Amino acid sequence: MELKKLNEVDKSLLNEVSNLENITKGAYNIRRNGQGVERQVTENVNIVTKKDVSGIDIYVKENTKFEFIHIPVIITESGLKDVVYNDFYIGKNANVIIIAGCGIHNDHHKDSQHDGIHRFYLEEGAKVRYIEKHYGEGSGDGKKILNPVTEVYLKDGSSMEMESTQIKGVSSTIRETKGVLQKDTNFVVTEKIMTDGNQYAKTVFDVKLDGENSSTHVTSRSVATENSKQEFISKIYGNEKCFAHSECDAIIKDNAIVTATPEITANNVEANLIHEAAIGKIAGEQLIKLMTLGLSEKEAEDEIINGFLR
Amino acid sequence: MILKLEDICFERDNKKILKNINLDMDLGKFIAITGPNGSGKSTLVKIIMGIEKPDSGKIIFDGKDITDMEINERAKLGISFGFQQPVKFKGITVYDLLKISANKKITKKEACEALSKVGLCAKEYVDREVNGSLSGGELKRIEIATVALRETKLTIFDEPEAGIDLWSFNNLIDVFQTMSEITKGTTIIISHQEKILKIADEIVLMKSGEIRQIGTSEEILNGEIKNKRLLQNKKRMLERRIRIIK
Repeated sequence: MELKKLNEVDKSLLNEVSNLENITKGAYNIRRNGQGVERQVTENVNIVTKKDVSGIDIYVKENTKFEFIHIPVIITESGLKDVVYNDFYIGKNANVIIIAGCGIHNDHHKDSQHDGIHRFYLEEGAKVRYIEKHYGEGSGDGKKILNPVTEVYLKDGSSMEMESTQIKGVSSTIRETKGVLQKDTNFVVTEKIMTDGNQYAKTVFDVKLDGENSSTHVTSRSVATENSKQEFISKIYGNEKCFAHSECDAIIKDNAIVTATPEITANNVEANLIHEAAIGKIAGEQLIKLMTLGLSEKEAEDEIINGFLR
Repeated sequence: MILKLEDICFERDNKKILKNINLDMDLGKFIAITGPNGSGKSTLVKIIMGIEKPDSGKIIFDGKDITDMEINERAKLGISFGFQQPVKFKGITVYDLLKISANKKITKKEACEALSKVGLCAKEYVDREVNGSLSGGELKRIEIATVALRETKLTIFDEPEAGIDLWSFNNLIDVFQTMSEITKGTTIIISHQEKILKIADEIVLMKSGEIRQIGTSEEILNGEIKNKRLLQNKKRMLERRIRIIK
């Protein structure tokens, strides 16, 4: 199926946050400037427009195996503030890959903003891989603001893997991720952020391990350059026999500032919680090693950062 | 001549680490640098690579004065360096590192061959990150593979045996030898291993920031033995005198 209602700017923006070719292969819903423009449902995945607020409900049938669901958002209108609520209901033992993402193109001086509130309800044994990419571009001085909220509710035996990436062009972001885990569940979060100029990025993780043998692994890798500022806050509560590992690893350059605030609370003697945080500039020895292989200092730095954020 | 060091001096914290080092090295030679800890061996090879800058003196490589050149410029001219402590990365895989080393497009198969040569079961390693999840010995072998792939005129290894058990190291000796046969270049190895010293064309013996002796393995190793005997004799004489005085 062809995406007829999209122009070239739309398509290129869309390609930055999800692979354009793959979108049409499964269920999808494309939202542009606050409105749904293209949608496709499949036998196993239904998408319904919400009636009370802006947004959609996505229903995945029980036992659905390996389907892709794309729900990208693009904003090309300067000055637009878009708030959207997307709820995902994943049936028992279903296994799907959900690709969300938001791209803002702003050539003007007014601020463009997208706040996406995504809630995931996973039934017993369901498995979701959720990929979210944020991107900003455009020549205007209007800010590109993205404030995503992700809430994840895992029923017994379900698991979710979330990868979020914000590499370029987002002026300001406050990202909140919440997880409530029941018995035998697993929630893995990998976040990659790079900021430059005067950009600001704040990440808050709040994970409650309520069920026996629940586990979570939160990894944040970030690079802050120039005058940008980042904050990382992670709160993990071990309320049962559980395992949690949170890891914040940041590279700073120039005048950038990074704050990491880890908080782990064990409310059960069987809770095993670990937190690691490291902030620092690129290790000199890494640069030297790559220079001995013939790379210039700048090339070596790019190679180290690209690897770090891969 | 491939490398000429002229009057290299290096001082840190009021300690003379290298004192007027003069050394010539010919193309195609396998040279071992040996000597006690703190004799300045590592500093000397770091100065050749450009990782440390000498306070005075000149480094001539392949007819060019490289004293003021950056590390990567020297690398491009044809100098490679294997670190004593391999550097760890986050996110960079073994394959990435080998690709950078080869400085051309290499397939995964070629990368695997390079790893097999250093005794690593390639498929298990090629996609792994070069990080702390690898053991010291594994990192060391990967380090050696990155250097061997470059096939440069001058290859330096700073104590390649450190972190590798003796049994495995014996197999690696072949790697150094084949490498120098392929490149027809010069290899400099800092080592204390008798096996390495024995296959070296030339041994440079350093002590307290100076070159004490340069010679073939026979000359140096026998010389060391001779010195030991001399010392033992002196010790015995002293002990005898002490007994007489008592």
